[in-house]
Amino acid sequence: MEKQRFTLSIFTENVVGLTNRISIIFTRRKINIESLTTSASEIEHVHRFTIVFYSDCKESAEKVAKQIEKQIDVVRCFLYEDSETIYQEVALYKVAVDNLKDSDMVEEIVRKNHARILAAKADFLVIEKTGHEEETHALYEELKPYGLMQFGRSGRISLSKERQEISSLLAEYDQEDAIV
Amino acid sequence: MSTATKEMAKEAKTVGQKPQRVTGAEAVLMALIEEGVDTLFGYPGGAIMPVYDKLYHYEDKLNHILVRHEQGAAHAAQGYSRVNHKVGVCVATSGPGATNLITGLADAMIDSTPMVAITGQVASHLLGTDAFQETDVVGISTPVTKWNYQVTKASEIPEAIAKAFYIAKSGRPGPVLIDITKDAQFEEVDFEYKPCTKVRSYKPVPVASEESIEVAADLINKAKKPYILVGHGVMLSKAENELLAFAEKAGIPMASTLLGLSAVPHDHPLYVGYLGMHGNYGPNIKTNECDLLIAVGMRFDDRVTGDLKRYAKQAKVIHIEIDPSEIDKNVKTDVAVISDAKAALERITPKLKEAKHEEWLAEFHACDEIEQKEVKDYALGSSTEKVKMSEVIKMLSDKTKGEAVIVTDVGQHQMEASRYYEFKRTDSIVSSGGLGTMGFALPAALGAAMGAPDRTVVSISGDGGYQMTVQELGTIFQYKIPVKILVLNNSFLGMVRQWQELFFDSRYSFTEMVNPDFVKLAESYYIKADKAETRESLSDKMDEWLNTEGPCFLEVVVEKESNVFPMIQTGAAVSEVRLK
Ligand SMILES: Cc1ncc(C[n+]2csc(CCOP(=O)(O)OP(=O)(O)O)c2C)c(N)n1
Ligand SMILES: [Mg+2]
Repeated sequence: MEKQRFTLSIFTENVVGLTNRISIIFTRRKINIESLTTSASEIEHVHRFTIVFYSDCKESAEKVAKQIEKQIDVVRCFLYEDSETIYQEVALYKVAVDNLKDSDMVEEIVRKNHARILAAKADFLVIEKTGHEEETHALYEELKPYGLMQFGRSGRISLSKERQEISSLLAEYDQEDAIV
Repeated sequence: MSTATKEMAKEAKTVGQKPQRVTGAEAVLMALIEEGVDTLFGYPGGAIMPVYDKLYHYEDKLNHILVRHEQGAAHAAQGYSRVNHKVGVCVATSGPGATNLITGLADAMIDSTPMVAITGQVASHLLGTDAFQETDVVGISTPVTKWNYQVTKASEIPEAIAKAFYIAKSGRPGPVLIDITKDAQFEEVDFEYKPCTKVRSYKPVPVASEESIEVAADLINKAKKPYILVGHGVMLSKAENELLAFAEKAGIPMASTLLGLSAVPHDHPLYVGYLGMHGNYGPNIKTNECDLLIAVGMRFDDRVTGDLKRYAKQAKVIHIEIDPSEIDKNVKTDVAVISDAKAALERITPKLKEAKHEEWLAEFHACDEIEQKEVKDYALGSSTEKVKMSEVIKMLSDKTKGEAVIVTDVGQHQMEASRYYEFKRTDSIVSSGGLGTMGFALPAALGAAMGAPDRTVVSISGDGGYQMTVQELGTIFQYKIPVKILVLNNSFLGMVRQWQELFFDSRYSFTEMVNPDFVKLAESYYIKADKAETRESLSDKMDEWLNTEGPCFLEVVVEKESNVFPMIQTGAAVSEVRLK
């Protein structure tokens, strides 16, 4: 069965151990996490996880999302298909200068891929490219014949097209009377 | 007093008082007292010694029960909570003490039992160094706790414990673990206590939409063959009366899951029996014939549903459930009423039309007749040489008038207890449902007896599971806990043997047990003990056992190779329940 790619945007408290709590939800279903990025969010003291994973179907991806949202320190967990988000990744490529005898060719590859040269040292170059995984991968393929010394790609960061009303949700939580 | 006003009153009490300067260890105990704790189950060790040292001075306020193994502490806390709805508390030291709690935490997690576990931890400067008795308890317990937290400063203790109790008991309850480093226990803190009433990222009690209530009521009013599945959630939300009002108004038959047993009195005219793998015939068969399934506080465990692809496909499904992640997890619902059970039932009932579904109910009774003839006549009859577990349970049920708290272990005896004990009072089943933990009964029963001192508490084990936590006889003896201990001895790991007989061509691979003298074993703990080996002697011995003050032990030698029926085989549909 063709697996589908999903992105989770998870808004959380910034606490120790939460990455484990979230990742074991994947572990127990034997799902591999493709990429995981954590960072600050637009709201002060609210953290954001962006997790990309593959799932057989939306239904089981939703079950993962619900089990994540259930964790005490998770404010909200949104599940998206690629088309519902604006997303980006950054990749760095280190190439030995010796291998790139023809400097015009480097320029052409960089231009064509909308990449840029981040660092140029006596013996190597570091090229930076932002884009979707398919794009950074294409550049990887293109540079491979020249002997990539190192390659690394960041996890996805993604913003949704729909509104995510985290601030108002938090305000709502704050106002609610406690019910036990 | 509403919860909110109670909390305010509590707060007012502390206002104006000068905070007391105490050690972290003492702060732990003071926080427990603030939470209304009066009983704890635990076991000391190096990393929790400061807390134990303070406990010495709190004997009048905190009744600490020294168990014989930390697993026992966890199960005892579970048993305590299951009968009286308070948060069970257990305490252990770091390393092996803490890891010994894990089975109990996992059990409490899957069976939604509110519990707070407090573990000692090595001093904070030693964390991560493989210090003596250091284990990553927060890491290990994460999958089996609703929440956990490591405290490294005394100043965090009151807030961490307040939050632990709030999380453990609110919403869908569960176990919480607080790991406290030894230096935090020694450090001093100005003790001020504020109960936790909210956690901003956590919404424990969702309120069902008006639409879901309307649609649910409408479906019920239109249904010809509605059918209620009663789960543990009914008892957790104390919704027994609301459930009866709901069912009685619309004339809906009710069946119960294992953990839902006793929420509805066995003799209620609308109660039709027990669901699942070894449940009653009608409740299983009719699941695939009803036109509306109303699940209340249950989670469609695979032991209840059998093959999901053939589970209630003909019916519309209303799922009343407090945990949104349960909705559509196993069974697709038509209407999700995401709510506390009591609140949901209170809102739906006024919208129901009065109805009776007598023909539909009669169909269940027709099934009962089949089950009586095909299963119960044999199970409760005396055709076998040795007495059968079913007979013992029925006799126990009659002698205790269905009023006892029944704590079971795991295996055939558990299923026969669920089938043949005729519960009359709520909060009366304490069984390891989701995890199926052998060794659960004896420690859970001692906890239950502490939690419900005015009730008869019976611990029912098989010869196998009994030996997994039998050391708790020591605890029962030391504190004179009046548990009535019953071992149904078939000299087999009976449930596994049954599967070997049915599905592995009777190859009894490592299931036969050569057992010790259980009577002497109990007697060595100074517990009065007896053994019934014949059908004729059983009744008198059971009377004697039940009427003895304090703890008492009875072993009943039962048929070795008897099977529990009806049975839904793995992979079969509920409608394929076999009678033999
Ligand atoms: C800790 C644990 N280990 C193994 C099992 C698997 N298991 C389920 S029932 C059972 C047999 C129980 O035998 P016994 O306690 O004698 O009860 P009986 O079935 O004979 O009534 C076993 C081994 C389990 N549920 N729990
Ligand atoms: Mg046995």
